[in-house]
Amino acid sequence: MSFLTIARWSPYVVGVGIGILSWISFFVSDKPIACSTTFAKASGMIERRFRGDEAAKKPYYEKIGLSVDWQWMLVTGLVMGSFLSAQLSGSFHLQPVPPLWEAAFGSSFLFRNLAALVGGMFIGFGARWADGCTSGHGISGTLQLALSSWVSAVFFFVGGIVTAALLFGLGG
Amino acid sequence: MKDAKETSKTSGSQLLWGLGIGLVFGFLLQKGGATQYDVIVGQLLLKDFTVLKIMLSAVVTGMLGIYAMKGRGWVTLHPKKGSVGKNVIGGLIFGVGFALLGYCPGTIAGAIGNGFLDAALGGLAGIFIGTGLFAALYPRLEKGILKVGDYGDITLPELLKVNDWAVVIPVTAGIVLFLAWLESLG
Repeated sequence: MSFLTIARWSPYVVGVGIGILSWISFFVSDKPIACSTTFAKASGMIERRFRGDEAAKKPYYEKIGLSVDWQWMLVTGLVMGSFLSAQLSGSFHLQPVPPLWEAAFGSSFLFRNLAALVGGMFIGFGARWADGCTSGHGISGTLQLALSSWVSAVFFFVGGIVTAALLFGLGG
Repeated sequence: MKDAKETSKTSGSQLLWGLGIGLVFGFLLQKGGATQYDVIVGQLLLKDFTVLKIMLSAVVTGMLGIYAMKGRGWVTLHPKKGSVGKNVIGGLIFGVGFALLGYCPGTIAGAIGNGFLDAALGGLAGIFIGTGLFAALYPRLEKGILKVGDYGDITLPELLKVNDWAVVIPVTAGIVLFLAWLESLG
């Protein structure tokens, strides 16, 4: 079982594995693998905790439902699976700032987190606007050949490639 | 299969399946390096093609299996409804965040499991704020921009009015050739 303790696998092994996992997901649970709705639910649940049941009456929260469901468990499992994989290979470590960021923008933990906060806001807002993320549209939607997902996936990368070029062109 | 479809999505066994599928998904993403900021931003800077290799090989594998099972009536497709306003503008907004944050909603969960603190703190807080903001604006967006250029949940074979495999096979060939070309560049 030494392959479990290797730090990196070939991207093709990983990709084929995710593809097979999507067969299982459709066959057993009748659902595509997706993640981003769970973050909207969690955000709504946090808001409900602070502002009471009024918050849960927003049309968007009524539409998605503020409850722990299949996808919520998938995201929970994802954190655990990544932790397990990282532990087995000894690559788990508390990392304040990613190396590539540090090389371009310095080692400030606060600055990196501010950028991540703004980036996260765009990701959260954009994933809800497009109705999916890199997993729901980018993998599960494109493999079903859904038009909405192919358009979204292309524009995820157009937006990302242009922004990264500007960011690292200016800062790095 | 019929039973699984009729099972409520909050039933105990389905929740366990969700957890298990997530566990394997997280394991694979971490092994592939996709939980790392450097790998994701390296892709957006077109310096490291790991992310595209993972995604495209997942799409080819998934598509061949799902369409084969669909042909036998074993699975049902669930394409998402979309529109130009939704997918183009939403996609671009997402893309800006993709480059700034360096994780997406799936990989940030993996990054947290990997111990990356910018994911667990700033990134996660930002996603919660962003989704909350969208929920607040949703009633206004829903009737306006999200409806522009609506095309519903159409799939490419339906759009082109052809047999499923008339799209599956060329898309498979195109992706395999693209990946072979990427590898040939070294």
